[in-house]
Amino acid sequence: METLELIAQLAWTFFIIGAFTIGGGYAMLSLIQNQVVVEHPWISESTFTDIVAVSQMTPGPIGINSATYVGYDVLYAATGSQWLGVCGSLTATLALMLPSFVIMLLIVRFYVKFRSSTLYAGTLAWLKPAVVGLIGAAAIILIFKTTWVSGVPTISVVTENFPDWKSWMLLAGAFIAGYWGKVNPIYIILAGAALGLVLY
Amino acid sequence: MIPLIQAEMSRRRWISDDDLPDIVALSQSAPGVMAVNISIFAGYKLRGVKGSIAATLGSITPSFLIILAIAMFFTAFKDNPWVVRAFKGIRPVVISLIAVPMVNMARKSCKSWWAWLLAVVSLVLVAFLNVSPIYIIICVLVLGFSVTYYKEGRWKR
Repeated sequence: METLELIAQLAWTFFIIGAFTIGGGYAMLSLIQNQVVVEHPWISESTFTDIVAVSQMTPGPIGINSATYVGYDVLYAATGSQWLGVCGSLTATLALMLPSFVIMLLIVRFYVKFRSSTLYAGTLAWLKPAVVGLIGAAAIILIFKTTWVSGVPTISVVTENFPDWKSWMLLAGAFIAGYWGKVNPIYIILAGAALGLVLY
Repeated sequence: MIPLIQAEMSRRRWISDDDLPDIVALSQSAPGVMAVNISIFAGYKLRGVKGSIAATLGSITPSFLIILAIAMFFTAFKDNPWVVRAFKGIRPVVISLIAVPMVNMARKSCKSWWAWLLAVVSLVLVAFLNVSPIYIIICVLVLGFSVTYYKEGRWKR
């Protein structure tokens, strides 16, 4: 019974994520993180970071990949059953798809009308900067944890992700390689793994 | 993924090259993942609702199976010392890989003071005040819609 309830919660959560993701895969990442790390106590910051890493290395859109992985992890962690894990990943992935499906079908029906709508284009122009903020927040939440005690915030480093100074060097190095070097993310992750084995 | 879809669809003459930019733009602005939205669209054009179901399932199945296999593997080997060490190196790197597309997007879409303000305010609300990104998206959609509506002069009519 509890398992069914969890599956239903998972379906609803990913349905909402699918319905409100506008602005691409990384925006979706921000919504997934908020729902499964902050809102529900399903996944830790460090596990979420691992999931993002794997989703980035795997072919296919990063948003769907992480939904599939999260679905598996949540059910597997709760029940210890691999088959329920598979059910979880199916649930999360399909629930994520469902809103796009309905909305896209509506859009195809009203294609011509929608196409000429400068109103919608204007609205979206406002959303883009906000999405930049959301993605930035997703990165910051994986570095710092903010806890509020009676109106006073305490900001601490997520030590599972940043155990020592070497982590900060890796962060800086990866940013330089990705931004200025335009190195493929897959190579950067592989380099991170190799350096992890050497340094720790 | 988009260039691949584009090449395949024009090779099979499923969708004309003239239509494609519009379809890409629409799929980008609809909720969800763009590549999947394009599949839904193309499937519908060819065979209606059944076609879009087939196209969607087709486009997500390969990566679904791969990521599922990896998830099963990693949850089983999570505590292996080699895996733990490798992920100690991977985790900080991943955060930079989220930051890089963010900076690129900021350079492209934050070109006025209000755009920067919007980006900073939503970042602070979500990262430090634990506000759900969903509320940010809803508020900005309402705000953007109202401003655009007003600017277009539809207000008076």
